[in-house]
Amino acid sequence: MLNHSEVGGFMRVADAIIKALEYEGVKHIFGIPGGAILEVYDALYDSNITHILTRHEQAAVHAADGYARATGRTGVAFATSGPGATNTVTGIANAYMDSSPIVVITGQVSRRLIGNDAFQEADVTGITMPITKHNYLVTNERDILRIIKEAFYIASTGRPGPVLIDIPRDVTMADIEFDYPEKVNLPGYKPKYTGHPRQIKRATELIMDAERPIILAGGGVIISNASEELTKLAETIPAYVVTSLMGKGAIPETHPLSLGFIGMHGSKYANYAVQESDLIIAVGVRFSDRTTGRFSDFAPNAKIIHIDIDPAEIGKNVRVDVPIVGDAKLVLRELLKHINYKRRKEWEEKVEGLRRAYPLKYKRDGKLKPQFVIEKICELAPDAIITTEVGQNQMWAAQFFKVKYPRQFISSGGLGTMGFGFPAAIGAKVAFPDRLVIDMAGDGSFFMNIQELATCVSYGINVKVAVLNNGYLGMVRQWQELFYKERYSATCLAYKEICIEKIAKGFGAVGMTVEKSSEVEDALKEAFEIDAPVVIDFRVDILEKVYPMVPPGAALHEIIDEEV
Amino acid sequence: MRRTIAALVENKPGVLARVAGLFRRRGFNIESLAVGVTERDDISRMTIVVSGDDKTIEQVIKQLNKLIEVLKVSDLSENSVERELALIKVTATPQTRGEIIEIANIFRGRIVDVARDSLIIEITGDEDKINAFINLMRQYGIKEVSRTGKIAMQRGSKSME
Repeated sequence: MLNHSEVGGFMRVADAIIKALEYEGVKHIFGIPGGAILEVYDALYDSNITHILTRHEQAAVHAADGYARATGRTGVAFATSGPGATNTVTGIANAYMDSSPIVVITGQVSRRLIGNDAFQEADVTGITMPITKHNYLVTNERDILRIIKEAFYIASTGRPGPVLIDIPRDVTMADIEFDYPEKVNLPGYKPKYTGHPRQIKRATELIMDAERPIILAGGGVIISNASEELTKLAETIPAYVVTSLMGKGAIPETHPLSLGFIGMHGSKYANYAVQESDLIIAVGVRFSDRTTGRFSDFAPNAKIIHIDIDPAEIGKNVRVDVPIVGDAKLVLRELLKHINYKRRKEWEEKVEGLRRAYPLKYKRDGKLKPQFVIEKICELAPDAIITTEVGQNQMWAAQFFKVKYPRQFISSGGLGTMGFGFPAAIGAKVAFPDRLVIDMAGDGSFFMNIQELATCVSYGINVKVAVLNNGYLGMVRQWQELFYKERYSATCLAYKEICIEKIAKGFGAVGMTVEKSSEVEDALKEAFEIDAPVVIDFRVDILEKVYPMVPPGAALHEIIDEEV
Repeated sequence: MRRTIAALVENKPGVLARVAGLFRRRGFNIESLAVGVTERDDISRMTIVVSGDDKTIEQVIKQLNKLIEVLKVSDLSENSVERELALIKVTATPQTRGEIIEIANIFRGRIVDVARDSLIIEITGDEDKINAFINLMRQYGIKEVSRTGKIAMQRGSKSME
């Protein structure tokens, strides 16, 4: 960390930007240069910050997002103006929906050209307004340091989210005095961290009175680093814990009180338990439709305590009896002071009965099953950081990989972005080069950012990609089979013709193909051993579907299953 | 149901776009929107009339509060003074001019421009009063109407800041 007294004096804005990023503790930046941001890249050349050149700006933002989720620190991405900046949009929207702290810095055309339809000009602050927590167009070079300070503060505090700074080229070339602010002054932004004592007291009473309590943990528990407190609360009450997809890792899924995730593809026993509970203690969860099923029939007999740092989430989708606005960790600590252990034997027997009666299962008919691949990965690499793509691969990963610790499971929950998992894995691997990082992919999703194999190879970012290849946009195909009379409109991908193994090799990575269940274990072991990026093409059963399933618009207890 | 919401916001470019964008994106329906600077030139005040049920209005207020540049949001639907200003250009012949001026006087309107065959009338009041006046003017032929949208302030000594 530099000392203020050492760094006074005038300098180019581009140099000041890089210096400011160093002040913020930035170690890695993901991005692609271009005309409008050239000056900043020139300044970066002298910095100790490591820049990872991705092959698409969307991947740069996903990588920064994955980096942020894996570490809890703010991820940073760079892009140039126009198409560079518009390519970041999906990545930004993805980070926004899952409350991931990232700062995106984009080049813009010079001030005198703005509004002129100049070459590579796009209204990037206008475009990203609804998908950023906040954004800035720097119109005066004297504002740049204050804006960078504010951007990192806003991105990482309260309910985190993406912040974009759009900087015109001529601003980056101007000279300013480097005087980095120590504090922010944001009168309109004051996140509330401690819960209201009266609401905490009411919550305590509800918890002590409850006979069938369930904790519903969301991504907020992970973000707030509150999993220890959450697990302690579960043990103290005691209460079973279910999570949203984003909440996986809030409690070790190997813990006897964990019931895994609920929602559209959660287990039957977890969904049934929620519907039978008399109290839901919801922590850092936003009650998305994929988690709750039909809003009006969610946990119909339960009172709901909702703890969330964002007041706008409380009462948005479901009725709430006790609202607590605050940081999950602080509120849970406060609750822990007042809760006493009270065994609820009948409820325990009921839930354990559900667990025994409705286990997660799949058909073992000799074909290579995607669930089997996930089970094997979980068995051989239980501590690996797992990212997922979106679709069937994501749901099978969520069902069959037992997450042991927070930030282990990284997935695009809110936006459901196919193509997220691979660059997110790159981000996680850059943050933790000594850890095993595995992207659980489908063929459809993997192809959406497959160009990042080049990034992995050129920087030696040795992530492993397990492609559950069924030759289809599998989840869409599943819906067509179930709800559209098997009319497979535009879901069939070339299966026979494409050789993923060769593609991987073409990029200079290691490619493997696995067709039989008996080969899975050896292939995985080999892949985990090799000191290189590895893509394994698992040619899985094309017809396999994700079950159980709450049909769209149905309540959680209306979950359907297939005969096994 | 219609509600009147006031928001104090930082007086910066783009804030109006942020607020308007939020309403559009969340499907909130703006009936009127008025913006002006306050006694501090770095703070503007927006008065927004929005229609929706209680849950919608609660979300409107909460979502507005999430915008970094929004400093304070109040619901001014009850116990507040509400005013709107309108400029109305009416066709006025030598035969009708006297009549129009008489009606304008009853409504405490002011004649702010006189031309050979038209008048501009400035009128302030709540929405009902302005609507009533405009309706009365229709028989003479309305050439143009420009309304400010509603502004409002809580009665009593309490202030928003």
